[in-house]
Amino acid sequence: MIRFEQVTKQFPDGTEALKDISVTFPTYKLTVLIGPSGCGKTTLMRMVNKLETPTKGNVFIDEKSINGLDEVQLRRSIGYVIQRIGLFPHMTIEENVSLVPRLLEWPKQQTAERVDELLELVGLEPSVYKQRYPLELSGGQQQRVGVVRALAGDPNIVLMDEPFSALDPISREQLQEDLRNLQQEIRKTIVFVTHDMDEALKLADQVVLMREGRIEQIGTPQELINQPANDFVRSFIGMDRINRQRSFGERKLKEFLPVFGAEPGGSALQISSEATIDEAFAKLEESGYSYLEIHEGGRVSAYASDRDLVKAALLKEAGERV
Amino acid sequence: MRNFWDTIVSRQDMIQNAFLEHIYLSFVAVAIGIAIALPTGIIIARYRRYAEPVIGVTAIFQTIPSLALFGFLVPILGIGSTTALIALIIYALLPILRNTYTGITGVDGSVIEAGRGMGMTRTQILRQIELPLALPFIMAGIRTATVLTVGIATLATFVGAGGLGDIIYRGLQSYNNSLVLVGALPVALLAIGFDLILKWIEKRATPRGLKN
Repeated sequence: MIRFEQVTKQFPDGTEALKDISVTFPTYKLTVLIGPSGCGKTTLMRMVNKLETPTKGNVFIDEKSINGLDEVQLRRSIGYVIQRIGLFPHMTIEENVSLVPRLLEWPKQQTAERVDELLELVGLEPSVYKQRYPLELSGGQQQRVGVVRALAGDPNIVLMDEPFSALDPISREQLQEDLRNLQQEIRKTIVFVTHDMDEALKLADQVVLMREGRIEQIGTPQELINQPANDFVRSFIGMDRINRQRSFGERKLKEFLPVFGAEPGGSALQISSEATIDEAFAKLEESGYSYLEIHEGGRVSAYASDRDLVKAALLKEAGERV
Repeated sequence: MRNFWDTIVSRQDMIQNAFLEHIYLSFVAVAIGIAIALPTGIIIARYRRYAEPVIGVTAIFQTIPSLALFGFLVPILGIGSTTALIALIIYALLPILRNTYTGITGVDGSVIEAGRGMGMTRTQILRQIELPLALPFIMAGIRTATVLTVGIATLATFVGAGGLGDIIYRGLQSYNNSLVLVGALPVALLAIGFDLILKWIEKRATPRGLKN
């Protein structure tokens, strides 16, 4: 868990990037920081690994203040992915990925195994890619390496600063998908900065919406859409998206079956395919189950989590036929 | 042409001596130049506000005509190879210093940011990222400095430091064109030779991932 306590940041030129921020990023959850440029989201994230230090206030990791921690040691224990990827062009993919384990002086054997394991995790065949150099890879492949490089030291926390925004739409979508699957598998506390609302809704467990150094709203994607806290939130999410989302809520689950998965990822609650999306959300929330087992004509026809429901909404908005 | 050959044969010892002296002067001057300019370049790349003044000073040195610089130094340091070396070192500084600075400051900021964010120390970033990526630039600077120094070292003769300049000067004094050529040709060959060797090293120094 990462906790900010009344954090203020003033830059030397007098601008206040963060104004008395108190917020918690829960363990094993993906928290998205979003807002217009200059809202302080990146500054907030960079405080977690001390790339920025608060002018006032405190940052705690697992209730331990990071104030007294050595910044180099701290950074080695936290994964870090940046927008411009920042792979070392003179090092092979293997050398790039193994950087943090080498800094941590892991045994050679363990480091080598870790590199193979990570490359396989993102679908890059180790024997093919290990000895290549970053410039020989496509942008999407490079950022895949960027992501696993951040995971190499097996950190509990991973910071991602607009990691996919420089990629083409297809790679971006693919990597978002991969990240979600990865997150189910590896369970890290992820802090993800973006300015893309679709990306936020698609990936987030918790969204922190910021403006001018303050937090406007904290909530799940669904909460933001259903109960925007004020006009700014409403306009940032987009009235379009909210309206479509609303009418979308009245549509029935059976329309979206192709989007949903065939396997549950956890305990599931039974529901009829005649139920509406809104009812489905409500059921999930009150029951505490993470999956719905959708029944149609007496048979189980699909499984859906709250994320799948949001995803269905986004697909619909993107104009895809569902 | 016959004359030229005769001169070479008859002055063989002298040529050989002058050639070795010339190499010695150039080599030592460049080596000391690297020893001064490389660390200085690294330092001003870290403390950038000092970069302009420091590079400025070496640039001013560079503008002093070489013959005049040798002349200035004699009253202060007397004659001999020390004076010649100091003058040559001063000339070698600028290309090495400027290229080291440009090379390091030209390293892509996102790469440094990634290194810092992953917990590399200042020194690790310098040694594992900045220097390897700046190496082609630094080598190019050393190459320029070397060729320059080999040329200017011909003036060392005026402060009694020997070198191939001795032969050229003697030839000029005695209107002996063959002798001038006998001095000048090895200087050119030396410059070309050094240049080729350093070019090869420069190529080798370019990290593999940066080629293409």
